Amino acid sequence: MTNAVLIDVQAPVRKKKEKVYITTIKRLLKNKLAVVGIIIILLQIGMAIFAPAIANYDPAKQSLVESELPMFSDGHWLGTDNYGRDVWSRIVHGARISLLVGFTAVSLGLIGGITLGLLGGYYKKLDGIIMRIVDLLFSFPGILLAMLIIAILGTSLVNVAIAISIWSIPSCARIVRGSVLSIKEKEYIMALKSLGASDLRIMLRHILPNAMAPIIVFATMRMGTAILSTASLSYLGLGAQPPTPEWGAMIAQGQDYMWTSPHLTIVPGIVIMLVVFAFNVVGDGLRDALDPNMDIQ
Amino acid sequence: MVTLPPKSDQKILLELNGVKKYFPIKGGILKRVQGHVKAVEDVSLQLYEGESLGVVGESGCGKSTLGRAILGLEELTEGKVRYKNEEIQDLKRKEKLKFVKEMQMIFQDPFASLNPRQRIGHALEEVFTMHTNMSAKEKRKSVIDLLDEVGLKEEHFEKYPHEFSGGQRQRIGIARAIALNPSFIICDEAVSALDVSVQAQVLKLLKSLQEKYKLSYLFISHDLGVVRYFCDRVLVMYLGNTVELGTVQGLFANPIHPYTQALLSAIPRPTVQKNLKRIRLQGDLPNPANPPSGCPFHTRCPIAQDMCKVDKPAWQEIEPGHFAACHFAGTKI
Repeated sequence: MTNAVLIDVQAPVRKKKEKVYITTIKRLLKNKLAVVGIIIILLQIGMAIFAPAIANYDPAKQSLVESELPMFSDGHWLGTDNYGRDVWSRIVHGARISLLVGFTAVSLGLIGGITLGLLGGYYKKLDGIIMRIVDLLFSFPGILLAMLIIAILGTSLVNVAIAISIWSIPSCARIVRGSVLSIKEKEYIMALKSLGASDLRIMLRHILPNAMAPIIVFATMRMGTAILSTASLSYLGLGAQPPTPEWGAMIAQGQDYMWTSPHLTIVPGIVIMLVVFAFNVVGDGLRDALDPNMDIQ
Repeated sequence: MVTLPPKSDQKILLELNGVKKYFPIKGGILKRVQGHVKAVEDVSLQLYEGESLGVVGESGCGKSTLGRAILGLEELTEGKVRYKNEEIQDLKRKEKLKFVKEMQMIFQDPFASLNPRQRIGHALEEVFTMHTNMSAKEKRKSVIDLLDEVGLKEEHFEKYPHEFSGGQRQRIGIARAIALNPSFIICDEAVSALDVSVQAQVLKLLKSLQEKYKLSYLFISHDLGVVRYFCDRVLVMYLGNTVELGTVQGLFANPIHPYTQALLSAIPRPTVQKNLKRIRLQGDLPNPANPPSGCPFHTRCPIAQDMCKVDKPAWQEIEPGHFAACHFAGTKI
């Protein structure tokens, strides 16, 4: 009996396949646009980390003698603003702020969205209530909702992050819910239930890891949107307050001098555009690399 | 293979009493219940300790739903499930954990029943995490013992499900099912997805485990050949109803119900004789949401009479240990 049982074990273990994330990264790197995006993001991260070393001036240090220097001036290759602050140093330090606010906002949004999405997708009874709340949040235009939240909480970068995270919750919740709905019908979930696994274990250890692909794509794209929204809110004066070197705030301050010193608005504008573009193309590339058939709005 | 005919002195492990499972059909704007799919209709049976009971029937006859209902994966519409003399159908999850250890399930598709992102060693360890207080070391050792038991090796511990062959995956499914030393395992089409040669190996493994651990199986299958080889008794289901139950020898040699006769005549036989009559059933399986009146089989039964359309035949013992539900039980077609 035992001999018979062991027959197909003689077959060699199949050749080790590549890990999922290695194949994903390989596929992502074949996408040229995504590679450009990755480089821009890495540059931004590098700028954020090494800001004090890269920036040769204190971003808040005024020097009225050197105000409104044009680009490629001696010592200030991106020029200075109306207070004589070095634009390059402010851009570099601004990278820190936008990354930090973007990252915080997206993380908080993911926590909220994943929680709601998991609960709504898994428990049919909660689904109705949670999805109505999500619909309610959806019915506000994004920036308006953020402004409303900031009006309640007060103007500060922390509140900007909170506002953007709340605005990210509904889309995230919908994406997660959709994945949960399809994954929870899989047979391995049934198998786990038959083994007596608790709902929490099934949701966190089994459904969530299998729903990660759309969440990663969403998070990447949402980083771009969050950075753009931070800049928009700061531009409107609802976010970073002077003298914080925030990109949106820099545009707002520079617009009064648009005709005399256009670089004060153009430089931060281009930087914001490049960063948002980078996150979007990387998100797109990730979507294609993770699963060509995945659907995500 | 020793096949024990079900005797009254054998200990009953599991008893079903009038088990029904209806799935509501919702429709309209208000999602009102408009009807029910009667997946399992009034099933009563006993399963003895150490036996293998085969459940056969065509697709959609409620075999799998019955299996899931026994484990409590589907809430029963009506009826009682008694396991070792304790009613288990209404237990809360916490109370049920005790029975979870005793009743396990092996699924049809071994690939779909394993989390694709989990190494199989970890999948097996998880079973111990959920039910025991073993240390990490003990768990690993138990898993390696389990792998050994089902004919896999320690080096398989760190592999993902996609790195295995179909037969190996089903061995993992079996390992997971026997991890907690159950006494009852439901095999839901456990070998249907496998190649014939691998089927035989997996069946042998199941048999040897049965002898070693005194397991009882509820063996759900549509393959009569496999059931004949593997089981002690067979239950035939049609449209959610039980139509015949008997020992393998009794039922295969002397099918009482016309549906069973038709099923058995459909087994391909390696013969060149021309006079082998094959019973061809007319029509399709009726809609389980709107089952026929009277005997559920009367729409396709070659010997149906007028009374079959009105009266539902009772479940009766025709011969000792051989049950059937037919007004004309034993009539050969």
